[in-house]
Amino acid sequence: MKRSMNAFGVFLMAGILTALGIPAQAADVIKIGVIGPMNFMQGKGHWDGATLAAEEINAKGGIQVGQKKMKIQLVKADSNEFLSITDATNAMERLMTQDKVDFVVGGFRTEAVFAMQDIAMDYKKLFLGCGAAHPELCEKVGKDYKRYKYWFRVTPTNSNYLVRVCLINLATVNGLLKKDLGIQKAKVAIVGEKVVWIDPMIKAIEANVPKMGMELAGVWRPSDKATDVTAELTAVQRANAQIIFTIFSASVGITFARQAGELKIPAAFVGINVEAQKDGFWAATQGKGNYAVSLATFVRDVAYNDLTLPFIEKYISRFGELPTYTAATYDAIKSTLGEAIEEAGTMDTEKLIPIIEKSERKGVASPKAKFDKNHDLFFGPGYSTGITFQWQDGKMKGWWPNGWEGVTYKGMVPYKLPPWMVEKYKK
Amino acid sequence: MLLDILISTLINGSAYALLAVGFSLIFGVARIVNIAHTAFYMLAAYCIYYGTQKLGLEPVLCMLAAVIPVTLIGLLSYRFFIDPIREHEGAVLIATIALAMAIQEIMLLLFTGDFLGVPSLVEGYRLVFGVKIAYQQLLTFGVALVVLLAVWVLLLKTRLGLAIRSTAQDREVANLMGMNESRVAMITMGVSVGLAAFTGAVVAPLAIVNPFMWMHPLIMMMAVVVLGGMGSIKGSFIGAYILGFAEALVVFLIPMGAYLKGSVALSIMILVLLIRPEGLFGIAFEEER
Repeated sequence: MKRSMNAFGVFLMAGILTALGIPAQAADVIKIGVIGPMNFMQGKGHWDGATLAAEEINAKGGIQVGQKKMKIQLVKADSNEFLSITDATNAMERLMTQDKVDFVVGGFRTEAVFAMQDIAMDYKKLFLGCGAAHPELCEKVGKDYKRYKYWFRVTPTNSNYLVRVCLINLATVNGLLKKDLGIQKAKVAIVGEKVVWIDPMIKAIEANVPKMGMELAGVWRPSDKATDVTAELTAVQRANAQIIFTIFSASVGITFARQAGELKIPAAFVGINVEAQKDGFWAATQGKGNYAVSLATFVRDVAYNDLTLPFIEKYISRFGELPTYTAATYDAIKSTLGEAIEEAGTMDTEKLIPIIEKSERKGVASPKAKFDKNHDLFFGPGYSTGITFQWQDGKMKGWWPNGWEGVTYKGMVPYKLPPWMVEKYKK
Repeated sequence: MLLDILISTLINGSAYALLAVGFSLIFGVARIVNIAHTAFYMLAAYCIYYGTQKLGLEPVLCMLAAVIPVTLIGLLSYRFFIDPIREHEGAVLIATIALAMAIQEIMLLLFTGDFLGVPSLVEGYRLVFGVKIAYQQLLTFGVALVVLLAVWVLLLKTRLGLAIRSTAQDREVANLMGMNESRVAMITMGVSVGLAAFTGAVVAPLAIVNPFMWMHPLIMMMAVVVLGGMGSIKGSFIGAYILGFAEALVVFLIPMGAYLKGSVALSIMILVLLIRPEGLFGIAFEEER
């Protein structure tokens, strides 16, 4: 009886230790937490990009850390951040305390990333952001370097740069309306979902539209989960807007594109519609999303450098869909982190930070990537710019940059106006 | 602008009315607050998605066919989850919340959180007094009217309707008169879930199909039902258009605050309840039945 009790005790201890996640070979692997909304395309992008990077690194024996090679072990953390910021902070806490990861990549919704960022900073863990665009996330590094130096934004470029690109796009479309349709002073309607990261963008666009020789028709702020925006579309049409500047990151982007297409709203689109970055957008809008525009990091057949297209092809063949920008966790792990660890010869975060700060690396998501003093992704010709694309007859086609500051990526096509708009305004 | 607001009201209100009528029916008869009502609506939307996109079936066929399995699931849910605890209204409320969450999680597991779409029954739009309205929306409006009429005929012109009304009025007396009260409640549940499924079938082409699509309509539907008077079908119908009007008003008058349309609609509900706690038609309906 006593022996069986002892055996039971040993099994119990083994079970507890396993449950607590104390790995036998913890010292031989680099544990990277991948945090994101895993039941949504953004989280899937985080995980799939990280998976490819880890597989490629591990296939070569791992990352050279000083004298030994260490393999990557990914730990998936579902932040569920679209629905609950508490779930997101719990997931981050678990990565820190239970999984005891060495580094973290991911995050998407700004509101959640703010909270997750603080947890990672508390534990002095390197957190490579791959989704949230709010400038404040990086401005914190400048304001309180000692606490926030562990944060770097790998993707996307911050929302100020997103605005800059959108305004360049707006000028291009305005020029097209003047040239092709004779509209001398286009009216611009801004339609942006009600979430934090969009607020500064709206202010900037409102201020710039009149300066660019256009007229502001109005600003509409539907809920990010709105399932019907026909009232907004009717109002936009009543305001005689010829350009609709969309800023969407959630499901309302599909609703808006679908209903605008169904009602053949005679206006040209510019702006951001994150859901449009996804292959499934065409099916989700039942083909009504034609002419929808957004910024993206990856577009089929468009290459920043010789690494981009092989990555896109591999990703599509492996996961069956085009990578969204959150799949730049690939760059975060493979180049930003992996190359820095090899260069430093250590996983000591304090030694890695100055190396990442100074580095300028080639990746799949931009011609070259480097960080500014706030650890924000640097924007500009030769560096990260992103791509503006338009859905044209069921395919995503890149149309910017096409000659901007001397930058033209391979595979660009011209912007198209919806035929029902041309029909209405063509004299 | 007034015309735009009125047309938006009719379109938005119709979807709410379709949902609220079914919810109100089962509450009026069996005093069941079925929180899973809009989860059944979501289930129907997924059935249509699966039929049209995965099996390549005709949308009309899928929309009609979706009502049957969803109604059956509704009846089974009633039989196994609700009926055994029916006497405890609080427990029923919690059980239906759990049921809705379970349906959501199953859909999340099967279809992930991806936003999906189903084709419209009728493509294109029509200009009504200068306002563009998609045919699918016109169809929803028409269906809302037909459904109300059908429910009215069912309740007032059929023997089943008589049984439903009797049960709603006094369960014990209905039992003494030889009516199987439990069976009437089950049939009413079937009709109610059938209505939810039918709404899902009609509204799905206008919505984004995803595992969380039941939440917003649930809040609006509850608001409609409370505003109209719990259990009052007439009240639900009118309440739906009042809230639809409030939403349209916000979008057209405060474009920057369009996201507040749901909150404003709910505030109107609270305001009405402060003045008339039983809702707009709570007592009137009690008298009618």
